Amino acid sequence: MRRDGNRLPAGAPLLKVENLVITGRQGDVDKEIVSNATFRLAAGEVLGLIGESGAGKSTLGLASAGYTKNGCRIASGTVHYRDRALDMLPARQLQALYGDRISYVAQSAQASFNPAHRLLEQVIEPALAHGVCRRAEAITRAGQLFRDLGLPDIGLLGRRYPHEVSGGQLQRVMIAMALICDPDIVIFDEPTTALDMTTQIDVIAAIRQVIRGSGMAALYISHDLALVTQLADRVLVMRNGRIVEEGAVADVILAPTHAYTRMLVAARVHKKIRSDATGTVETGLAVRNVAVSYGNHRVVEDVSFNLPKGRTMAIIGESGSGKSSLARAIAGIVAPAHGKIRFGATDLAPRFQRRTPEQLRSIQMIFQSPDVSLNPKHSVGDVIGRPLEFYKGQKGAERDGNVRRLLEMIELDPSMIDRKVNDLSGGQKQRVCIARALAAEPELIICDEITSALDPLVAEGMIALLTDLQKRLALSYLFITHDFSSVEGLADEVIVMKGGTVVETGATEDVFNSSRDPYTRTLLSAVPRMELDWLDRVLKTRQLAQAG
Amino acid sequence: MLMKGSFQHLSLRVYGAAAIVLCVIVLALFAPLIAPYGESQIVSGMWESPSRDYLLGTDSLGRDMLSRIIYGARNTGGIAVMATLLAFVFGVSSGFLSVVAGRVVDNIVGRIFDIVLSAPTLIVALFSLTMFGTGTLVLILVIGITEGARIYRVARATAIDIDVKDFVLVARLRGESVRYLILKELLPNAFVPLMAEFGLRFCFVLLFISTLSFLGLGLQPPTADWGSMVRDNADAIGFGIFTPLVPAAAIAALTISINVIMDWFVSNYGVARNEA
Repeated sequence: MRRDGNRLPAGAPLLKVENLVITGRQGDVDKEIVSNATFRLAAGEVLGLIGESGAGKSTLGLASAGYTKNGCRIASGTVHYRDRALDMLPARQLQALYGDRISYVAQSAQASFNPAHRLLEQVIEPALAHGVCRRAEAITRAGQLFRDLGLPDIGLLGRRYPHEVSGGQLQRVMIAMALICDPDIVIFDEPTTALDMTTQIDVIAAIRQVIRGSGMAALYISHDLALVTQLADRVLVMRNGRIVEEGAVADVILAPTHAYTRMLVAARVHKKIRSDATGTVETGLAVRNVAVSYGNHRVVEDVSFNLPKGRTMAIIGESGSGKSSLARAIAGIVAPAHGKIRFGATDLAPRFQRRTPEQLRSIQMIFQSPDVSLNPKHSVGDVIGRPLEFYKGQKGAERDGNVRRLLEMIELDPSMIDRKVNDLSGGQKQRVCIARALAAEPELIICDEITSALDPLVAEGMIALLTDLQKRLALSYLFITHDFSSVEGLADEVIVMKGGTVVETGATEDVFNSSRDPYTRTLLSAVPRMELDWLDRVLKTRQLAQAG
Repeated sequence: MLMKGSFQHLSLRVYGAAAIVLCVIVLALFAPLIAPYGESQIVSGMWESPSRDYLLGTDSLGRDMLSRIIYGARNTGGIAVMATLLAFVFGVSSGFLSVVAGRVVDNIVGRIFDIVLSAPTLIVALFSLTMFGTGTLVLILVIGITEGARIYRVARATAIDIDVKDFVLVARLRGESVRYLILKELLPNAFVPLMAEFGLRFCFVLLFISTLSFLGLGLQPPTADWGSMVRDNADAIGFGIFTPLVPAAAIAALTISINVIMDWFVSNYGVARNEA
């Protein structure tokens, strides 16, 4: 490699950020996004940057490469890379560094690749653009990176277009692209957040593999402390634009000092707060031999289950397992190819258009992304009030009174009734979605991945709220998720799905503690744990499983 | 700081454009009160130079140019507004209906508009104006329908983008009517892109009316209209007289101003919505 002699010895200071303040324009005023951040990154070190959405971690991560997003700027403070002040460097010189000495891996590989070019061309492009080496040498190096990252042979994969490759592979290809120039610093911005949990393990294992011993330094931005624990030497914890805690990984997770970090560490410990619904078991939802197809493609194969009133069923599976299609069939959004869905004493029509208003009212659905499930032009009162108007003909003060009551029920301030939904945070939006469902006074609520777009602590609060509501209102939940840990304290029973079929059903404790199904065990082990050697253990177990 | 500078520059441009549009509106509304002479009143010899009596000179028949520009604002602008509005009501309602009311409706409406679009607009316009006569109403209807077919496409595409969002699905699952879905869920979110389209369409319509007038098929003499005023005075260019440039400049000023305002509107409201 061209710059082998150029690399600083491990431990030498590489990046120095001092008293950095970043502001962003909001309307007509500058708002501080990052306040007074100071940290160092040594050569060969992996630094984790932890925080919830809106904490300023991505902004700080990018700013440590001297880059600010449109509308943001460095108001004061300095960023030094080696002996150069990145905050003062003209754009042209920064461009010469980017992709070469400092590179970036974005959250969504799908959105970051140009769909019109083959992968190989895009992976070697930085090396050619920066004149690091010739084409042949770049291809050899890319081939080596592909091997290190556990990707198929570059001759095969490099000829493909981005849409022809799975999400996990594409993410690793993007890492290869970031590493092609053998940079000093790689900034990883939530590189596994968009992936399934089992795929996530492959990707972080690959990242660890290529980073360790390469002498590269990395800044790993994530909301998941357990995940960062597996990779980083040190972590910075951010909240509301400030660095609240900094330290070696082991110190931070074993003895967190700041209250927020302590909450993060504790968030993974789930309390069993199960509704002990014994006694009479009245059938609510009954699904019989339901299959769902899109065209000739069968996505759900012959699924049957009963969900008694007042109980919670969780359907767990990775993307492509058919769990969301099953939920959509139950809600009547897609008609099942065959099979019956019974609710209470009556059979439901296959499509919701044919169902009675009463049936529509009694089954409500909450979706994954609160940003697109609320009309941005409506106010909180419009959103929650509409089912009251529509199903019960309530108007004016009566409607508003009930909206306020519902807001209290979901633990939001009743004065929020006039706020536009766009002004709310992600967690508040999802609570409003829950209130909208509750306004219809349903018997069953289908929750389709409702916590996966939320920060861990917010998701935790959401689950607690749902548990509490179930006790008070005798609701049934059908909980669709890819994350085992999110339903541990909530579900009475779980169904594990893979490739459209059910691989296991059972009471939650049984499945969690003593499942014999290999796929269920893989899923269970893929939930990141706040332990230093979690990744090592998972990888070892996998090797054993493959060998045996 | 750079941002602030360009922002102020932008608002200056927007103020200028708004002043021009406002001016045209006032002229159009109060033409008989403002114009110094009558619309078709012959006051002097042909192509007189500007003077204190005739601020913009006179035209090919010796009519006061300023008065005709003022009346022209009423005729050309008025018809353009009416035709664009008709095209919008027509195009947007059918476009949204296509998306909300299901595949059968979509196919029927879509194919009808395909037929309208398959013939060149100018040919259709010339043909219908020849058949039904060159009245104001026919002009508005012809332009409204042909332009409406184009707006239908834009409205439908906009509505499809919104229709895939979960909040529309939630409303459908509640059992909401087509009317509610269009008025409460789709329309508020389509407002910004449709306003941008309105600005663009208005300019096309204005130019199209001028084109028809220039060809002699628009408004008939002696009605003052910017397009036909260019045609009537076109010969003057040969004598180095600037008279035909006056209505041409009026058309250009109004078109550009409306575009500037729409750009400002979209960049402000469009961006604010995405960032929130």
